[in-house]
Amino acid sequence: MSAKKAGSIVALGAFMRKEVRHLLRDKQTLTILLLLPIAQLLLFGFAVRTDIHSVRVAVVAPSPDYATDALRARYQNSGRFELAPPVPTYDSLSALFRRGLIDVGVVLEPDIASRLRRGEPTRVLVVSDAIDPNTGTTMQNYARVILRDWQQGLGANAGGLVVDMRMRMRFNPTLESVNLFVPGLIALILTMVTSLMTAISLSREKERGTFEVLLVSPLHPWQIIVGKVLPYLALAMANVVTVLLAALLVFHVPFRGSITLLLAASTLFSLVGLALGVLIAAVTSSQLAAMLLALGGTMLPNTLLSGLIFPISSMPAPLQVVTNIFPARWFIEIVRGIMLKGVGIAELWQHLVVLTVMLVVLLVAAIRKTNVRLA
Amino acid sequence: MNTVAAPASAAKAITAHELTRRFGSFVAVDRITFDVTAGEVFGFLGANGAGKTTAIRMLTGLLSPSGGEATVAGFDIRTQTEQVRAHIGYMSQRFSLYDDLTVRENIRLYGGIYGLDDAAIKQRGDEILQELRFTPSDKAMVASLPLGWKQKLAFSVALVHRPAVVFLDEPTGGVDPITRRQFWELIYAAAERGTTVFVTTHYLDEAEYCDRLSIMVDGRIGALGTPSELKQQFGATSLDDVFVQLARAPGAQGAA
Repeated sequence: MSAKKAGSIVALGAFMRKEVRHLLRDKQTLTILLLLPIAQLLLFGFAVRTDIHSVRVAVVAPSPDYATDALRARYQNSGRFELAPPVPTYDSLSALFRRGLIDVGVVLEPDIASRLRRGEPTRVLVVSDAIDPNTGTTMQNYARVILRDWQQGLGANAGGLVVDMRMRMRFNPTLESVNLFVPGLIALILTMVTSLMTAISLSREKERGTFEVLLVSPLHPWQIIVGKVLPYLALAMANVVTVLLAALLVFHVPFRGSITLLLAASTLFSLVGLALGVLIAAVTSSQLAAMLLALGGTMLPNTLLSGLIFPISSMPAPLQVVTNIFPARWFIEIVRGIMLKGVGIAELWQHLVVLTVMLVVLLVAAIRKTNVRLA
Repeated sequence: MNTVAAPASAAKAITAHELTRRFGSFVAVDRITFDVTAGEVFGFLGANGAGKTTAIRMLTGLLSPSGGEATVAGFDIRTQTEQVRAHIGYMSQRFSLYDDLTVRENIRLYGGIYGLDDAAIKQRGDEILQELRFTPSDKAMVASLPLGWKQKLAFSVALVHRPAVVFLDEPTGGVDPITRRQFWELIYAAAERGTTVFVTTHYLDEAEYCDRLSIMVDGRIGALGTPSELKQQFGATSLDDVFVQLARAPGAQGAA
């Protein structure tokens, strides 16, 4: 029994060595795979923004009165904002930002109504989540318009309120596009190296007839899949490291969270991509079909529907629901959270669970579909 | 259900009893029964679409049968697929070595997949290259070899673990006559060492080289015997005639 087990490890090793050789021998492809991510990082411009709906706003009112209620009502009725429950202090606002529950915070001073009566000026601080700098600016502008209306409304009643507006961008104070972009780029590169490359490599074996020989051999489908997938996993992790290093050294992108968690999440996301690649190869019958499906089914949605280029919050509601099925959508939030917000597993565990569930489902499907000899 | 118990088939490399495969309502292989003696070179002939490939896929464990039984190397193809796989070699009509690996690396890969250790792989590799009188370097990429060499090498690699039975699915497609001749010498050499060879081909001159052959027609075995038996049975001078007579028969029946 143990001899048998040893034999299966020998077989897996032999198979994996072959995969590594394929990878290392195709110098052209390997060079592209290693350099493209860096080139993309250096060349990628800033992402396109559209306007934003459903900005989640919290009003910090230390002493609620009719004036603060009026402001809350204005946000409530604006059609552009979703009003969060009242927040008593500025400190609790921070926690909401870190957990990604709100986009904008409007911080008021105490006793607005009495200041108003006395004709004293009051200050307002507008804080916004600027991980995505363009969105952050836009949201601030929206918030400002409402504040101005509020000020005028109160002024009409009470002969003048001076609102001193201060803006603050959270997490990404310098509004660097590249900060937003790096997490998305990591997702994109990983999708390419995992889904696209495994789909191509496996379907190439099917097309050339070598796959049949493997299926007739004592190799189990799981050995074929593991042997196929691990070398690409290594390549994918190498990509993560190079992109991160370039981002930190060249663009001084902040890195506030745990590198271990980031690498773990990247591994998880890569495995999801690899399982998807295997599944794609299993359901297609030619290299070309596999490539098209991998491009259309993973690369495109992971670019367009993941929040990488277009903010999910500005998509039509049905499309926002659809984004949930794309792994990159979850992964990008994880990476942004770790790098820019410095949040940890306590805030991100749900995302990790979603990716894990996706992995299990895809893996089961991939092994089933690869096991053609049971047909 | 009362098929030959395993030990009785010890001298039989392959047995098939009423082996059937249906795809929906289409019967690709219809209750075929035959056996192949150990060390035999068994030709498996038939027109395109006659069910050869389906039968070979069942025997190699790529497809499960819809009915009937079969054993390969003494193991049941339904219940002992793992043992079957460990004891067979397979060379498909599509070329089965990796172009971007060297000759040695291909040998190492398949040796490793079949669980040979490094020393055994090295030794078998030397034997293979020696037997083939392989003149190019063993560090040459397979892609750079002439087709003849590739084909002979693929055959030898299919035998790297010295299987009891080797399945060759149209192994000589697109190969020049001289190489085909050399290829058949390799087949005979393997059979002499005790390996059973199960080979499909479209070349009827090659069929003459087989110890026995079966000709499949519309999912059934239309004829089975040695080449001379078949010619006698059909009153034909060549296997070509036998083949054509058989291939026509069902069409004539269908028209009547």
